Amino acid sequence: MKIEELRKLREKVREDLKLREGIEPRVKIIVSMGTSGIAAGAREVLKALLDEVAKRELKDVIVLQTGEKGLASAEPIVEVVTKEATITYGRVTPEIARKIVIEHVINGRVLSEYVI
Amino acid sequence: MIRIERAHILVGIDQGSILAGARDVQKKLEEEIKKRGLETEIRVLETGSLGITGRGVVLLVYPEGVYYVNVKVEDVPEIVEEHLLKGRFVKRLMLEPQLAEILAKGEFPKKLSKQKRVVLQNAGVINPDSIEEYIAVGGYEALAKALESSPEWVINEIDNSGLRGRGGAGFPTGKKWKFTAEVKAPQKFIICNADEGEPGTFKDRLILEGDPHKVLEGMAIAGYAVGANKGYLYIRGEYDLSIRRISKAIEDAYKMGLLGDNVLDSGFSFHVEIKKGAGAYVCGEETALIESIEGKRGNPRPKPPYYPGIKGLWGYPTVVNNVETLANVPPIILNGASWFKSMGTKESPGTKVYTILGHVKEPGLIEVEMGTTLREVIFEFGKGMRNNREFKAALIGGAAGAFLGKEALDIPLSYEGLREYGGVLGSGAILVLDDSTSITDMLQNVISFFKHESCGKCVPCRVGITKLLERMEKGTLLEKDLKEMIEISEKMADTALCALGQSLILPVSSAVRFFKEELTA
Repeated sequence: MKIEELRKLREKVREDLKLREGIEPRVKIIVSMGTSGIAAGAREVLKALLDEVAKRELKDVIVLQTGEKGLASAEPIVEVVTKEATITYGRVTPEIARKIVIEHVINGRVLSEYVI
Repeated sequence: MIRIERAHILVGIDQGSILAGARDVQKKLEEEIKKRGLETEIRVLETGSLGITGRGVVLLVYPEGVYYVNVKVEDVPEIVEEHLLKGRFVKRLMLEPQLAEILAKGEFPKKLSKQKRVVLQNAGVINPDSIEEYIAVGGYEALAKALESSPEWVINEIDNSGLRGRGGAGFPTGKKWKFTAEVKAPQKFIICNADEGEPGTFKDRLILEGDPHKVLEGMAIAGYAVGANKGYLYIRGEYDLSIRRISKAIEDAYKMGLLGDNVLDSGFSFHVEIKKGAGAYVCGEETALIESIEGKRGNPRPKPPYYPGIKGLWGYPTVVNNVETLANVPPIILNGASWFKSMGTKESPGTKVYTILGHVKEPGLIEVEMGTTLREVIFEFGKGMRNNREFKAALIGGAAGAFLGKEALDIPLSYEGLREYGGVLGSGAILVLDDSTSITDMLQNVISFFKHESCGKCVPCRVGITKLLERMEKGTLLEKDLKEMIEISEKMADTALCALGQSLILPVSSAVRFFKEELTA
């Protein structure tokens, strides 16, 4: 291996460790995963979010989960946290989740019809 | 497509946690995660010690950075179900349950600890068996940088950084390298001393278990600097996991062309071989260690006239450096001497890895800047005295170290700070004793240890230790006994062949200095 090859390899494998670096990502997507959230389909929403984030290779986004929000009727709840604001979406389906990633996370347009 | 995971679970695998069942916990975690179909989102990986000892199996869950301690196999389903599936923390197993509230709000906690990690930067973060992860955090970049510069530049950088040997004696590393670099010889060697035998010390083991590549990189840089193309890693035979991890690391580095012939296509070659020690304390002494590698009995060589740097292994110039010293080398090369000097004290720059043990609430492994006081180490990092008893003494630097009493709680721990108190940093073991301990018994125990470990080759050490032990065993000590004991150990310090006999003066004189009343009681 040459020195340049070492450096190239480093760039490639860096992504793997991002999660453990403890740096604040640009966007945090938090899925509420209490009992009612899961019952309402939060798992599917979470999977869709992860899939969409991976497909679009969004490197500054992190998908997290949290417990019950206390708004059982609006589950599944997804929060998008950026430095500027925290937007809470309710009754999210996997399709809406994908839209959130594309519209809100990438293009910065809040999907007001799903905000609660 | 890149794989996005939303959580990494690190299982701290070291010899202690393996005994507590870490392997079973790891297996169960993988099973449970699979059962719930989470295997594409969550990765379980093993790492070295997470720096918490005496708490059984320790897990660290990212991105939240939550530590779970004393995890049993039967706790695993709960952790997976609650934390990983539902995002609720299992408070009863958390190291710091108060964190749960902060984290539940979706905030990232600030790093709670004031540790400054240079040597242990990657320990407990990366998977030590993965060379890719080491490369990802900047691994082997220092070697590349060194190879792009000249050996003289490397030596200068290390010399300017003020790095001193972390094995105990504190000899300036840059000077050591310079001596050997200047000698003309057909063959030179680098030896990494991982024969960590000082009672209570396990820092080298945790460095090797947690970040083996860093030590290898340090060795290769040392080899390039002094003109050596062969390195030996002399390691304690009992360090089974370290040996396995370092073997794997060597194998991977060879495969990638980071060790072996023509390293990184630079024309420089460096080969590494592991030698296992057979459990003799004296083989941690560099000349005895060299004898042992040569296949002889582990007896120290007289020096002067020949220091290993001039005439070492098989008569060739040899640099012998401690594991922690070598692990400091890559960060210095990468970040520069002035960065290193910005940490620690003027005479002792950088950080130091300590193992805290004894009567403290949280024994374990820490890395802090040089100059941190004993009080901070015990009450901040060790979380105070166990059972709320009174602090009595600390034995610093292992058996060949010094007893320090209450008066010394506020001295900065550094080479020069301890010199004033007749102490040395030694191997970095800090054995904390509370008021239930008898210093007389402790001292007798230390001397007995030396009696057992003395190789018996030179008279001052062999006879001196026996004389000292006779005094201790006769029962009540009188003032004149103490005087004699100091005299004997002073003679040993002047005339013994190696550091083993020479260093008994430290525990003896310090015990007399701080605890005279108790010894003569």
